[in-house]
Order: sequence, then structure tokens, then C-alpha cells
Amino acid sequence: MKKSKADPKGVLTGSHFMDGDYALAEGALAAGCRFFGGYPITPSTETAERFSERIPVVGGVFIQMEDELGSIASLIGAAWGGLKAMTVTSGPGFSLMQENIGLACMLETPLVIANVQRGGPSTGLPTLTSQQDMMQARWGSHGDYEIIALSPDSPQECFDMTIKAFNLSELFRVPVFVMTDECVGHMHEKVVIPPAEEIEIVERKWYKGPKDKYLPYKCDSDGIPFMVKTGQGYRFHITGLTHDERGYPLLNAECQKINVQHLIDKIKNNADKIIEMEEEQIDGAEVIVLSYGITSRVAFRAVQQARKEGIKTGTIRLITVWPFPEKKIEELAKKVKAIVVPEINAGQVFLEVDRCSRNKCKVVSVPHLGGWVHNPDDIFKAIKEAVK
Amino acid sequence: MTEKKQPQRNPVERILRMDRMPHIWCPGCGIGTVVTSFAEALRKEETDLDNIVVVSGIGCTGRVAGYMKLDSFHTTHGRAIPFATGLKLANPKTKIVVFSGDGDIAGIGGNHLIHAARRNMDMLVILVNNFNYAMTGGQVAATTPIDANASTAPFGNFEYPFNLPHLVASAGGTYIARWTALHLRRVTKSIQEALHRRGFSFIEVITPCTTLYARRNRLGDGLNLLKYYYDNSEIQHNADTKDLDITYQGKLIVGKFVDKEKPTFLDAMNQHLSKVLGDKYTPYGEVK
Ligand SMILES: Cc1ncc(C[n+]2csc(CCOP(=O)(O)OP(=O)(O)O)c2C)c(N)n1
Ligand code: SF4
Ligand SMILES: [Mg+2]
Repeated sequence: MKKSKADPKGVLTGSHFMDGDYALAEGALAAGCRFFGGYPITPSTETAERFSERIPVVGGVFIQMEDELGSIASLIGAAWGGLKAMTVTSGPGFSLMQENIGLACMLETPLVIANVQRGGPSTGLPTLTSQQDMMQARWGSHGDYEIIALSPDSPQECFDMTIKAFNLSELFRVPVFVMTDECVGHMHEKVVIPPAEEIEIVERKWYKGPKDKYLPYKCDSDGIPFMVKTGQGYRFHITGLTHDERGYPLLNAECQKINVQHLIDKIKNNADKIIEMEEEQIDGAEVIVLSYGITSRVAFRAVQQARKEGIKTGTIRLITVWPFPEKKIEELAKKVKAIVVPEINAGQVFLEVDRCSRNKCKVVSVPHLGGWVHNPDDIFKAIKEAVK
Repeated sequence: MTEKKQPQRNPVERILRMDRMPHIWCPGCGIGTVVTSFAEALRKEETDLDNIVVVSGIGCTGRVAGYMKLDSFHTTHGRAIPFATGLKLANPKTKIVVFSGDGDIAGIGGNHLIHAARRNMDMLVILVNNFNYAMTGGQVAATTPIDANASTAPFGNFEYPFNLPHLVASAGGTYIARWTALHLRRVTKSIQEALHRRGFSFIEVITPCTTLYARRNRLGDGLNLLKYYYDNSEIQHNADTKDLDITYQGKLIVGKFVDKEKPTFLDAMNQHLSKVLGDKYTPYGEVK
């Protein structure tokens, strides 16, 4: 892995008061993103607006595409043209992107998509929050594949995690999603942007060998193939069809197994390196509240109340939602009475917690169907009920 | 989609991926003819082949990218143009050629076609019009002439088809031509010309689909149809694009209809932002 410092041109060093949407754009610029293809959709539009305002000075391209099918396609193209690329969207746009998210996975293209989630299905609640696209992020395109998804809980984390998302996408050559929501997207808070030399950037894994020996899908010792960009004489071929190391289509079960297994393994086998979470008072806890994004901030109040009442309550805040911390949950489940999972959907990540707990503890879903955050009392009641 | 024909040695071989031959196209299919014209144009121009990028969508024609020994991308159905847009903008020195079918570019991808033309995005689009969705078995397309039979129009098509040169001209394309696949030299020359244009160039090539369209409509083999298209075409350079409707087995107006210059997307972006932002603006790409 080749690391470098951020290009100061894109880094707006200082202490700012900005919303999550703007922070996504600043994170992208700091990470070295120089291509943004987007389509307006509430509550994510401000990210595109910010990028379009900043990029002429930083140096790069903003293009408002004709739809989200076009935005995601333009991102994949831009990545193969040599740039770091990003888009931002919300539920309906995320749905439209799904086919080409699969293409990005199949072509092993690094790119970042932020989803500022709103209530669905369909047009749903354009201006109001939800966390209802968590499973879509994991399974939205057809076929088997793995992606990475992060969940920021503040504008500061929108900035930090967008940089992290770019770094992970380059490291594993995979689309990375920043799954935020309307609340965080529109929340104004202090965002501290460090000096460029304090921001670590993972560079693309460029191929440097002889031109006629380049094999686009031959894995290096770390399991990740080298990349090139267009116009340099490699004369390479890339296809969304099942392909061999040369990038040539090979349509049979054997090649499919190698090709698809690789897409799964490069993430699964590195899950420990990718997964990040925040834990608090886990040791000796009888109940764990597991949450992510904005819901963690709401749950905190319920947790404090439970602790006040003498319930030994630990918390886990997922920073990486996908890949899922399977092993961690399995171990925890053996030690606690219950895991309580509040989230602004009908119980999506709950399903994963429930699966990974292997019936070793109670797993309680605290759903909220979107439009607003939980009432902390509802989470508190669930905690109390769970330890009974 | 049966395999055919042994590779022959010829000067365009260095432009083709000979290690992928034989290709998948049916005997008598016109797509290979258009590919030959394309390769011939590249050879004649002595273009820097390292700088040419081919992007295809999905379909029989969509397989073209896979046979070109160039930087080449076989993408998703309908999305070749926006993919190419990203490629071009990220790496402005490259010359992008989108090579795909009528269904791909004008059907499912129609929105991208008009918007790329509107922006005068610098790329050349070669559209192989075989009047149907061939890859999936000969279904009706947005280009199927009225009365022609297709697998999902088993009693004949009654929908109005697109007049593609007119569509692209109205949207803002700056180089627009139509030929039949048998106009080998004309197609080659048109591609040569378009490779030198900066802006949105569009070449429609009427091409026989032997196995499906021709058979279903009892139009003979590929050669018959190729010859029919050729014989029934009339060259009318600069014809008004309004008059370029295609009717079933009717006369085909071919030629070069539009050839003009205007700033490309990147030219316009650089010019406009420099004017408005002055020194604060960081010019992008090959500034003109
Ligand atoms: C999203 C999506 N829908 C449908 C298909 C199936 N499909 C593959 S090729 C094709 C039609 C291609 O027609 P055209 O672009 O005219 O190419 P041709 O085969 O005629 O050269 C269709 C509908 C697909 N691959 N992807
Ligand atoms: S089905 Fe038609 S278009 Fe496709 S290869 Fe055969 S003849 Fe050509
Ligand atoms: Mg067709």
C-alpha cells in the first residue's frame, strides 16, 4: 500500500461550522477526489452544490448528469480515466444506481457514494430522515459481491469518514458507501479540518511493469490486482462479463467461481482490518445497545438513563456497517443477556445481529419507520424490558 | 451467434485482439464490416492508438469493445455514453469512441445520447442500426420501421421509429452522418473525419442482422440485405435531417448531414469559469 499526504489544494484547513452534506464534499476534496458526477436529490443536494462551488478553484470536474444511472456510470469511467470519483444521492437515486454498482464491483473500481438517507419506500419522505437503505447498500445490486459501508454520526465524521472511504476504496478496489442520513446531513456542527500534512491518503495501486505484460485482474500478493488508467499504451480490456486475469470474458462455472469468490474474499478475508467500531462499558455489561449513525446519539440518552437505574449497559457504535462484525457479535452474545438494536428502519441491521448471536442471547429490535429519530424513552423501555 | 471464419492476416490486425478470434457474430452479420471500417480508419489516420479508447454497452454490437486492441470497456446496457463521459472528463487527452447498437444507445440509453449531444461532449458515437434488439433474439426496437416484423411485434411494428440523425442534430451534435455497412469506404472516411472533430460526433450505420431481422422478415441472407440497403440508399449530403425517416424496405437517405464546430463541454467549462472566476480558476485538461 502506498500512502501519501493530502494535496493541500483540496484541504480547507481550519475550524468550521458546517453541515454534514458540506462536510462530505470537503472530505472528498481533502481525499483527492477530483471528479464528481451527480444528480440533485433531497437531502443530499448540498454536497453537490458545495463540490460544484469548490472544484473550479481546486482543479477538477463537476458534472451534473442527466440521471443517477448516468452519474454512477460516469464515476466508473472517471476512475478508469485516472481520477478519484464520488457522487452523493438518497434513496430513489441509490435505487437507480444499483445495476452499475454491480459493474463497479465486477470491474473492481474504486469510487465513493454517499447516501444521505431519507424515508422510503418510493418518494416517501424527501425531507425527513431514515436509515432504511442499510440492507440495500449490502445487497442492492444483483449477484454475489461485497462492498464496504461506513456510518457517520456527525458532520465531523462525514468529513473524516469520506476520507476513510476513499482510502478503503483504493486499498480494496471496491465501491465504498458513506451511509449517512438527513439528520446528520443537515445538522450544523463544528468540523475541524486538519492541515494537509496530517491527512493520510492511500494512493491508487498503479501498475508499473512492462506494458505488454499487464493483466488487469491478476492479483498481487495482497489479493488485489494492479490498476492502470486509459491512454498510456496498455491497450487493456475490461468487461462486466465474468472474466479471467486478462480481463477477457470467460463464461463458465469455473471462471465464475474464481471471479466472484475473489470479489467476496478480498473483503471478507480483510474484515478485521476494515471493521471499526466504538465500544463503551462492554465488560460486565448485561445488555448492549448496538446502533450506528444518528441513532447512536439518540440512544446515548437512553443508555445514560439505564445506567442511572443500575442496569449494566454497554454500547457498540458501528462505524463500519458492512462488512458486518460477525465474530464480535458472536462473542458478545455469549456474555450478555441481550442486545438492543435501535435503528430508523423496520429492523435491518437487527437481522444481522440476530443471525450472528446464534441464539446465545436475546436480540431486541427497536424499529422506527423514519421521519424523525427515536424517542429515547422507547429505547430505554426496550433496554429495561430486555434485562427483565 | 455461431462462430465463424478463420483469422486472416491483414494490416488491421494490430488494431484487433486476434487472441480473441474467432468472434461471436453470425456469418453474414454486418457488424464485422463496420468494425473493419473502423480499424481501417484508425490505420489510415495513423492515429496514436494508445490514445484511443473504445466503450461499448451490451448487445451483439456491444461486443465490439472486446475485439479492439485498444483501451476498451464493455460496460452495461445503455450506459456506454455516460461511462465514456467520465473517461473523457477524467483523462481529456484521450479520444473516446462509443461503439454500440441501436437498442443500447438510442433505446435504453437514449437519455444519455441526447444529453451528451446537448453538452457537445467530445466523443465519437458509432451506432450500428440493425433495426432490432439482436442479442436478445430480435425484439422490436425504437428503430424498427413500421410494418417490420420482430419477435415482440409478431404482427408487425406499429410504433413510429426514431429518426436518429434528426434526434442528435436537434440535441446539438456537431458531426452527423449516416451510411450503410456496405458503404465501406464512406464509413471509413466518415470515421476518419470524425476522429479529427472536437465535439459530439455521431455516425449511424445501417447494418443487416442476418439471423434475426433478415430471416424473420424474409429479406434473404446478409449479403442480399447489405446489397439491398446499398442499392436503395441515396447520398444526399447536407440533407435536412427532418427528411431522414426510415421506412420499411424504403429508400435510405445517407450522407453527411451536419459538420460544424462549437466549444465542447470542457472548452465551454474552461472558457466560462475563467471568464467568471479569473485567476482563482484552475484551468482543467487541455485548455483551448
Ligand atoms: C438492463 C438490461 N436490460 C436488458 C438487457 C438484455 N439485453 C441485452 S442486449 C439487448 C439489446 C441490444 O440491442 P442493440 O443495442 O440494438 O444491440 P444488437 O444486439 O442489436 O447489436 C438487451 C435488451 C440487459 N443486458 N441489461
Ligand atoms: S444476431 Fe444479428 S446482429 Fe447478432 S451477430 Fe447475428 S446477425 Fe449479427
Ligand atoms: Mg440492434
